[in-house]
Formats: sequence, C-alpha cells, structure tokens
Amino acid sequence: MALADKDRIFTNLYGAQPWNLEAARRRGNWDGTAGIIAKGRDWIVEEMKSSGLRGRGGAGFPTGMKWSFMPKQSDGRPSYLVVNCDESEPGTCKDRDIVRHDPHTLIEGCLLAAFGMGAHAAYIYIRGEFYNESVVLQAAIDEAYEAGLLGRNAAGSGWDFDLYLHRGAGAYICGEETALIESLEGKKGMPRLKPPFPAAVGLYGCPTTVNNVETIAVVPTILRRGASWFSSFGRPKNSGTKLFCIQGHVNKPCNVEEEMSIPMRELIERHAGGVRGGWDNLLCVIPGGSSTPLLPKHICDDVLMDFDALREHKSGLGTAAVIVMDKSTDIIKAIARLAAFYKHESCGQCTPCREGMGWQMRLMNRMVEGNAEIEEIDLLENVTRRIEGNTICALADGGVWPVQGLIRHFRPLMEERIMAYKARHTRMAAE
Amino acid sequence: MAKVTVDGIEVEVPNGASVLQACEAAGKEIPRFCYHERLSVAGNCRMCLVEVEKAPKPVASCAYPVMDGMKVFTDTPVVRNARRGVMEFLLINHPLDCPICDQGGECDLQDQAYAYGSDRSRYQEPKRAVKDKDIGPLIKTVMTRCIQCTRCVRFSAEVAGTPELGGTNRGENLEIGTYVEKALTSELSGNLIDICPVGALTSRPYAYVSRPWELKKTDSIDVLDAVGANIRVDARGPEVLRIIPRVNEAVNEEWMADRGRFSFDGLKRRRLDRPWVRKDGKLTPATWPEAFAAIANRLSALPGERIGAVAGALADAESTIALKDLMAAYGSANLDCRDDFAAIDASRPDFWRFNTTIAGIDEADALLIIGCDVRREAPVLNARIRKRWTAGGFPVGFVGPRGVDLTYPAQHLGGNLAALEGSAFLETLKAARKPMLILGRGALQRPDGAAVLAAAWKIAAETGMLTPDWHGFNLLHLFGGQAGALELGFVPGQGGKDLKAMLAGGVDAMWLLNADGFDPARIPAGTFVIYQGHHGDAMAARADVILPGAAYTEKDATWVNTEGRAQRGRLAIFPPGEAKEDWRIIRAFSEGVGKTLPYADADALRARLAEASAVFSRVGEVARGGCTDATGPAGDAGAVNTMAFALPIPVYHLADVISRASDVMAQCAAVYGPAPALAAE
Repeated sequence: MALADKDRIFTNLYGAQPWNLEAARRRGNWDGTAGIIAKGRDWIVEEMKSSGLRGRGGAGFPTGMKWSFMPKQSDGRPSYLVVNCDESEPGTCKDRDIVRHDPHTLIEGCLLAAFGMGAHAAYIYIRGEFYNESVVLQAAIDEAYEAGLLGRNAAGSGWDFDLYLHRGAGAYICGEETALIESLEGKKGMPRLKPPFPAAVGLYGCPTTVNNVETIAVVPTILRRGASWFSSFGRPKNSGTKLFCIQGHVNKPCNVEEEMSIPMRELIERHAGGVRGGWDNLLCVIPGGSSTPLLPKHICDDVLMDFDALREHKSGLGTAAVIVMDKSTDIIKAIARLAAFYKHESCGQCTPCREGMGWQMRLMNRMVEGNAEIEEIDLLENVTRRIEGNTICALADGGVWPVQGLIRHFRPLMEERIMAYKARHTRMAAE
Repeated sequence: MAKVTVDGIEVEVPNGASVLQACEAAGKEIPRFCYHERLSVAGNCRMCLVEVEKAPKPVASCAYPVMDGMKVFTDTPVVRNARRGVMEFLLINHPLDCPICDQGGECDLQDQAYAYGSDRSRYQEPKRAVKDKDIGPLIKTVMTRCIQCTRCVRFSAEVAGTPELGGTNRGENLEIGTYVEKALTSELSGNLIDICPVGALTSRPYAYVSRPWELKKTDSIDVLDAVGANIRVDARGPEVLRIIPRVNEAVNEEWMADRGRFSFDGLKRRRLDRPWVRKDGKLTPATWPEAFAAIANRLSALPGERIGAVAGALADAESTIALKDLMAAYGSANLDCRDDFAAIDASRPDFWRFNTTIAGIDEADALLIIGCDVRREAPVLNARIRKRWTAGGFPVGFVGPRGVDLTYPAQHLGGNLAALEGSAFLETLKAARKPMLILGRGALQRPDGAAVLAAAWKIAAETGMLTPDWHGFNLLHLFGGQAGALELGFVPGQGGKDLKAMLAGGVDAMWLLNADGFDPARIPAGTFVIYQGHHGDAMAARADVILPGAAYTEKDATWVNTEGRAQRGRLAIFPPGEAKEDWRIIRAFSEGVGKTLPYADADALRARLAEASAVFSRVGEVARGGCTDATGPAGDAGAVNTMAFALPIPVYHLADVISRASDVMAQCAAVYGPAPALAAE
C-alpha cells in the first residue's frame, strides 16, 4: 500500500510548482495558522506527542517529548528554536529538497514549533554548501515577513516571532546539535558536553531545542490534519510519513515521501525502479545514511524501513538515505571511503575519535588491497569497539558502525582479499 | 549534599560536584589528562570514564554532575577497557622519545601508561608528526608530543587572560598553537609548562639539563615580586636548575610569575663571590678580615649620627634586623628601607600592607587600582583579581597611564588622582558591599608620594572601604624584602635621617644592604659606602667595601609578602665563593668591633625577629581584620599634583638585580620590550 497523494505532506517535493508564498498557499500552507496557535501551547505539544513523530535527523527521539523539556515559565532567559539544516550525512538530500522547493512548510513549522516551546526567535542553520538553497530560503523568509506571517504578531496569531537564517562553513560535525550551537555562536564547531542539555543551557546559554528541517516541516500538516491521521501510518512507535532518499545502483534514484515501515524492497522497486540488474543483483544496502551499518541482501529481502525493524538488524533508520549497492561494488573500498570521510570530519576533541578514526581509515585502506593479516580484521573490530561509546558526541559511533557492519556481514570477503594478496605476493617473491 | 556510592563506598559530596570529585572523596584515583581543577572542564581526553548505574554509555566523570543516590563504578571491565582504549589511542601518535623528553619522570602520560598502557603497540601505520611552534624564549614546544588536552588553551584564556593559544584544523590534524606564530605575552606563561601533562610544552632554559630524580628539592619563597609565591627550588650540586611553584591557596594557588621562575640563571652571573675593598680609588679583591677592618676603621672614626643604613628590595628579615641592631649599637637612627624613595608612612602597619589579603580579593565586589600595573608588578595577584572578575559583579577602575592591559576590563578613570574628583566610579565603590583599592608602591615614588598615600586613604575612607570588619586599603609592594623591613621598623628612628637626608650629605658612611633601588650617582663623593649584596650591579660599583652576601636561594631566611605574611625560604644551594649568609656577615662584623649582637644562631635571631614584630611569630599566616582606626597617614591629601602616574617597572623582565644578570631575562626583554638602557658599570 503506497502512500496516497492526498496524504503527502511535501506536495511540491519535486519542484513542479513554484516555491513562493502564493503557490505555497495554494498548496495549503499557512492555512489557519493563527487558529492552531489559538489552541495553545500545551495542545500543540500534546498533539505532537500523540502523533508519535520521532526526530527525522537520525536519532529518532520523540519530538513532542523533546519540546516538553523546554521551560514552561521563563526564568528571564529567552527560549530558542534552532533548525538543523546542516544536512551533510552522505547519501542524505531530503532537507535540501524541502528548502528549495517547499520552504514555506518549514517556515510555518518554525512558527508553530517555536510557539509550542515558547520561543520568540528561531535560527535556521543551513549548510554552507547549500548556497542556492539558502538564497531561496531567505527569499521565502523575506516574503513571509512582508506578508506579516513572521515578525510582530506573526500570521495574526498574537505571537511575536523572528526567524533568522545562518549559513555554516561546511563542517559535518556542525550537524551535531551542540556543535551547531557552538558554530551558531561564532565558535569552532565542537560538540559540548552533556549535561547540561540544550533544553536547559543551549544557544547563548538559553533554553534551546534543535530540530531537523523535516521534523519541523511536517509540524503544520500534523497539527492541521490531526495526530491520529499522522500516527495512522507505519507501525506503532514508528508512525508517520517519511522522506526517503534512494540512490546508488538503482534505475531511478529519487527522493520520495512514503509511509514509515514500508518494506525496503517495495520502497526500492516501487519508487526507484528497482536495483540495477534486478533484485538478485543486490549486494547490500546502507539503509539510513552513511553512518548506519550496511545490510546484506538476505536481510534486505524482507526488512521494514523503520526505526525498530532496522535496529533489530543492528542497523538504523538514520536519515532514511537508502544507499543501494549491487554486486559490481567493491564493498570494502566503499566502506574505506566512508572511513576516510569520518576521519576527515572528526572535530579532534575527544581522544578516541581523533586518534581512532585515522587508525581505522589506515587499516581499512590496507584491507582494500588485502595488504593485511587475517588477525588485523579482529584488531580493526577491536579498535572500532574502543572508539564506540567513549566520546562526547555520536560522530565516532557513526564513524565506526559502517566498518562494524562490514566486518559483521562481509568478513569472508575481507579474508579472501587478504589471502589473494598474500598469494599474489608470495608468487611474485618466488618468481 | 548528595549521597553517592562509589564502588560500594558511600560518600557525601555537595550538590553540583562532579562524579570525579565524588570518586576522589571515596579515595578512588581517577586518571585524567584534560581535567584540571583550576580550569574549566573540557571533558575531551576521555581518560576519566567511569560507569554510572543506568547510564547507557561510560560517562566522563570530570564533567558529569552527581545526583543523589547515584551508583558509580570505577573498576569494571567496561571502564578498564575504555581507559586502555584511550591510552592506546593517545600513544599511537605519541612519539616514543621519553629518553630524550624533558617531561620524563614527571609525565602524566608516562605515569598513567604504567597503569593502563600495553607493553607493545598494535599500531602499524605511520605516526603523525606536528611542526613545532615558536612561542617565545621561555617555552620550548615539541608539538608531536601534544595530546590535545587543551589545558594550555584554557589556562591562557581563563587564568592568564591572554587568549593567544587555540586549536587549528580538526580531527587528527588538530594542532595547538597561536595560529600566527608569536611569542606568548603572558607574565604567567611558565605555568603552561606545569600544566601540560606531557612533554609538549617544556621549559626552554631547562631543556636537556637534568632529570627530576637527580634534583635536590628545597621549599622556598619567590622574592622577585611582593606576592611571596611559594616555590620549590630544584638544584643539583652548586646550581639551581629550575624553580617551580608550590600550592598555597592563600597566596599563589599553584601559579607563579615568569620572572621568578626563569631568572635563576642570573644567580650564576655577575656574582659578588669575594669581598672587595677600594684602594687608591680602585676596587681590589680582599679577604674578609681586610674588608671588616676597612669598615671598622672608617666607622669608628664617626659619631653615630654620621652613619646610615639602607635596606633594599631583596633584603631578608634576618639581615635587616641584624643591621638595625648594629646601627643601634653604633648609636645611629639613620635607617631607611625605602630605597626607591616611596613615601610610605611607616607609623601604622595598615598603611603599608595589603590589608584585604590576596585570598580576600575573592570576597571583594569592586576594585579601584591606583598607579599600579598589577599585571606586571604582581602577575599572580593579578590572576587572582582576574579570577574574581570572571566570577562576575566586579567593576574595576584604573587610575594611571593609558594603554595598560590588565587582562580584564578596567575602566580608565584618568592619569592621576585629580581625575577622580566627582567620578561616577566613586559612587560604584560606595554602593559596593566590600570595595577595595590597590595602591601601587610606584605611585608613592613621586615627589608628592605622601600626598598620594593620604589621598588614596581618603578615598578608601570615603567610599566605605575602612570598616571594623573589612579593610579595603591595600598597598602593593614590588619586591619580597620591602614589606619585611617595614615590619621591622627599618625607618628613621628618633632624630634619624631618611634616605634623602642621608644622600644630601647627612651621613659620612652608608651601609647598603641589597639596596639597589636608587641611582648611585646621588651618593655624595666623599661618602664611605659599604655594599652588602649578591650581585655586582650598579650600586656595587660605587662601593668602597663590598661584602658578598647570599641570594634568596642560598640562605635560610624569612620574607614578608605584601600582605604582611612572613614565610620562610630555605637554603637550596650554598652561596658562591666566599659569600656568606647576610645576617652572619653583620653578626661577625659586630663581634669584630666589640658590639656583639646578642644572637649566635638562627633560633636566637628568630626569637629576636618575633620580638620585633608579631608577624614573625606566626610564620605562614596573616592576621586579617577590619580597619579600627580610619585616621589617615601623615601626608596632605590636598597636595596631590596633576602629573600622571608613571609605572615603576618599565621592563618587566629586568626589574631586579637577579633578572638583570639573567641571560634568559635579557632574551625576554629583547623579545617583549624595547631595548633596555645599559646599567652604568
């Protein structure tokens, strides 16, 4: 059962219509915003809780609960909403499409979410490389200001709300919420220690909630159509619709909004035209952006695309960026490339990540050649275990999971490559 | 208070304490690199990981706040594995150059590697190399050894107040440095050496000199400024090889200033290591008996009132009291310890003490600084002020020359006290609960010094600094010997002449004890000058007899810091050549001339000190109290002229005779300041 067109939240995901306010209004954005706000802050947070929406940035934390951590009564400090548009996870390109084709869903979401957490100001931190997207988004914000949808008495709701756009400088780590806050404050993007959590001490020392673009952009529709509508999709605790980015060795790579808990195979075959060379040519899939462990074909055959099903297979939904690899892939080299990426993007603060990512990358590079000993696969595994869970932020975890996934599912291939290398080199030595 | 169970041991720690503190309270040692109790928490080395019940991952104990009923485990397989992992990661890119590393033997990484390291490396890949940085003549960098704990970054930003260090690049390539290469400008930079847990930042003058276990360690007091920082003098044989601070929460916490730390090579140069006597207008080497005979001959021909004595910046209390007693035996009341002409009113101790005390700064809530560059005159005390300022709610006003960077914002109120007239800052002081004022000794060196002192006291009185339970008037001295001589009353007695009167022909013979504070050219031509000291600086060249004394590292001596806190330094090395401990010189001389001073050993002398002033009977302590008598010093507060204050120390690194003889300090002066005028030799 595919998602019906009437149930799509992102109706202009492909940019068939203009992104501007007029067109957005015709699509239903900004409809009755003041009326929703009139229902009150508690109603909004409750509605979000019962919708079962889980954060779309990768960690999948229940959004309504996150909002409820914000102080009900200000102690003199303002509260802030920060929208994370630093979409840098390799394979992920959903926020980008939202921002360039449907910016008003995001802007309206900012207003509603900010009201829901008592914030009068919100910042959108957009990835530096998204230059064109930032131009569109800024234009959309300006348009909204002109139309009275932002600023004093935003959208006639009686709530004053300002929205600012800030461009990052291109560091992957700035997508981590506390590093993003540091960067937004003008400092070097290095994650902060938690506790205190941003809801207590965040941007400029004030209570802050950081949400992903997609999380915020689905808010207006959820509030308009009701929590029960949203939670009717997907399995319990994994409810709603979700943007999937399907790419790699598929016939028609695409972004698509689908129901949660859709079987992976159905997702790929229905929307992306199937795996290149047919399903049987599938080698493996990285289901949720580069930091989630890969799943070999036999798991992909029947796995569902949601948080819990993928967790059962020791992977994760992440950002739902589905990277499909067929049998032509040198999977060791592919994962080595990811190891290089994480080594490059480590901020260098914590010892295990700073030193371990380089080690992991160098070991992986030798694994690609097969220039290693079989025992070194165990060493590699052990190094990743020593990195995992011992750092301030989750970058290190995300950086070692792909390698762990590789060893879990493709160890025979790695051994084979090492043996082949040995055979080649003993022969050469003998000649 | 929160109840925390650490490995089954229940402890109570204050709310807001960290898990690490709770573990320490339970007697569990937690390894750490980035954590330092006087710096902000970075939590990045990950060495202090512990397990906390119900936490999904091991937590960094330095950064994790305790909660009531928390259960902490410091010795589980998870914890041990995590620490071994961190240690392994630190070592993979750390060079194996311990045999040539100056940190060897006192290296945190080395020590902890014994507990958590492996005897072999699993790392087969190429190691990282990092280019060394040139951050000045005091600190040597070997950046490949750096473990990126950022203690140095936090120290310079938070304690020193000179945020010049930082990290560039990211991940593996993260490097600590100044970005644009430059010499660090802090007067506290030497503390970076102590604070660096590995051998990345080491002492440049101490490079390849010695191993810590070869050194004889002697507790002493830094006398090159008036803070009286507690130090440890490390010597091998006849040489001081380095000086490092000791912890004293009330005085220097655990910091010390660069001049005190690095100028000790001056102890080996230009030393007076034998007596000299001027014969036919030329100084010639002499024996002790010859030198004593020359002095005795001259003094015996003079009435007491034609003999004077001056104690200087680096004179210890023992020799000062001995000289005072000797002068009394000669019937002379011509004493002065203000060899820089500072118009200090010696009639009451609180006119010359730092009454608030250094630890008392933490309580103050407003500060007025008059004619005093605290940063260069007392760097450690300045760090204390900065610490108070960082805590917030501490307005600081400054009267003195423009362009003085104290490392914390200070409102510039004008160049002299006249500018304070009607200043709004006075209202700020009045509104404060515990306002304080720091008057620099340099501000009293002017012709109108007495008036400045009186005017400053008047401000203190008018702004509520002088109450029965708070004393906010503070005089900041410049050197370690100055306050002690005042405590001992080394000032003109009944009918005695002060230094100015002595120099104006009031005496025919002067005994100068470490007195280098004034221009020797001011001494009238016919005056017989006895110079007792340790360095052949300008004043020694003018002397008729030179008595070689011991420097502060070479004697058991008592020093009084600017607060009026007597502290004892101990002999680390013996004085060079024929030089002797200063009080023994005076005692021996007194015996020779039949005016034997009534103390034959140090104990008797110290009893004499305690009798002369109560501060010497409570060594290490300070009597703190409010102001019971707001009557001001003698000067006329209205007579202050409108000349702007000048600062007494033009070049920080060349402020005293020891640093002027130091090669390291000369290099620093060349790097940091304008070329100094050569001392007249």
